[in-house]
Amino acid sequence: MDYKKITPPLNEMTARSLRAGDLVMISGIIYTGRDAAHKRLFELLEKGKELPLDLRDQIIYYVGPTPARPGRACGSAGPTTSYRMDKYTPALLDRGLRGMIGKGLRSNEVIEAMERNGAVYFAATGGAGALISSCITEAVPILYEDLGTEAIHQMHVRNFPVTVVIDSLGNNLYEQGPVRYRRDTP
Amino acid sequence: MREIHTDKIRDAVRQLYLDMLCTIGDDITLALRSGLEQEESPIGCMLLRQLLENNEIARNERVGICQDTGMAILFVELGQEIHLTGGSFEDAVNQGVREAYEEGYFRKSVVDDPLFDRINTKDNTPAVIHLRLLPGDKICITAMAKGFGSENMSAMRMLVPADGEEGVLKTILDTVRQAGPNPCPPIIVGVGIGGTMEVAAQLAKYATARPIGDRHADPRYADLEQKALSAINALGIGPGGLGGRVTALDVHIESCPTHIAGLPVAVNICCHASRHGKCEI
Repeated sequence: MDYKKITPPLNEMTARSLRAGDLVMISGIIYTGRDAAHKRLFELLEKGKELPLDLRDQIIYYVGPTPARPGRACGSAGPTTSYRMDKYTPALLDRGLRGMIGKGLRSNEVIEAMERNGAVYFAATGGAGALISSCITEAVPILYEDLGTEAIHQMHVRNFPVTVVIDSLGNNLYEQGPVRYRRDTP
Repeated sequence: MREIHTDKIRDAVRQLYLDMLCTIGDDITLALRSGLEQEESPIGCMLLRQLLENNEIARNERVGICQDTGMAILFVELGQEIHLTGGSFEDAVNQGVREAYEEGYFRKSVVDDPLFDRINTKDNTPAVIHLRLLPGDKICITAMAKGFGSENMSAMRMLVPADGEEGVLKTILDTVRQAGPNPCPPIIVGVGIGGTMEVAAQLAKYATARPIGDRHADPRYADLEQKALSAINALGIGPGGLGGRVTALDVHIESCPTHIAGLPVAVNICCHASRHGKCEI
């Protein structure tokens, strides 16, 4: 199967060229963030403050890895379920966040914000934490270290395999895929 | 009266978690391989291959199969002819969990207060312990590590007797359909039927740990397990929820007596990384 190669930062034109169902290999720097970190970022914006990191054209990976064994860059690091970040996501997309890697459904508000800003949602393989770990060459906490596994990490990845699930036109493989394989039961 | 020191329980629990979190059961491996033969979606096949490769890496490099190394859940059958020495039973279980999660480099995912504080306890305790007192002088432990991607997609309904088999099947299908890609399909579906609200939920959880292919002893329930499995795999959700044939690896039903007015049904979804183990002391 053919993969498109992406190296972040991901500009709007490239993001808008991706289509649901595209297979993508990501190499370069991405940022991690899940429930607790998203809540903190969102609360800053609600108070009218600036974000402590520039997310313009960046990709956030929803992940909370296991601790790294000595000699490994990172522990098991598969995607967590994305909908828990939905409440906080449109505000980040409106500030330039270009891509998200996770798994599972997104809200209409998130999809509308993706269309508005030209962003893309990738799925990594849920439950493949050990495999994905071997694509990670470095993971350093850069913000909210007190959150432990939930801290925002800068992550260097090489050939991280993901699938475009929702593109900037709102095409959604989570809807199209099952329709293709659905069978009517008696 | 047989005396057992609680250190033995601690060590058994520790070993169970060290093993299960890096080593997937052979039944799951076989089910994923057979799924690969049935799957028609190219992306679905790619995902199933990734999972098989993932489980190999986890086993060989002693890294968690999944980063969500879960909450520890233990079903313990304690023989009533046993006298425990050495301290608290629950402390021993929690100490075993604590040591395994530290030693195995597993993620500590438990928070102390569910609503307000949500402070991580940093050692993955407390474990959830379901204890039964039975005749005999043995301790039988069934331990699981349950991730919350799939746990969050579980559901329960208090059906009424008139809803019958059709109502149960509909509850299972509604739950799986609504969960879609979220619980990391292919999934294992545990169903608890009967009892009271909390008993049905507990049965559903226990059912997720049965080996793939294992059927209910009553042929009518066994038939319903098969029927539910076929109907789930006709939904088209597929591996990763990206479309395909292999949505569930199996459906396991546990049943028990209930009230004349009730038909409680709980559906507990478990991801393909179904991590559990058993031991006897």
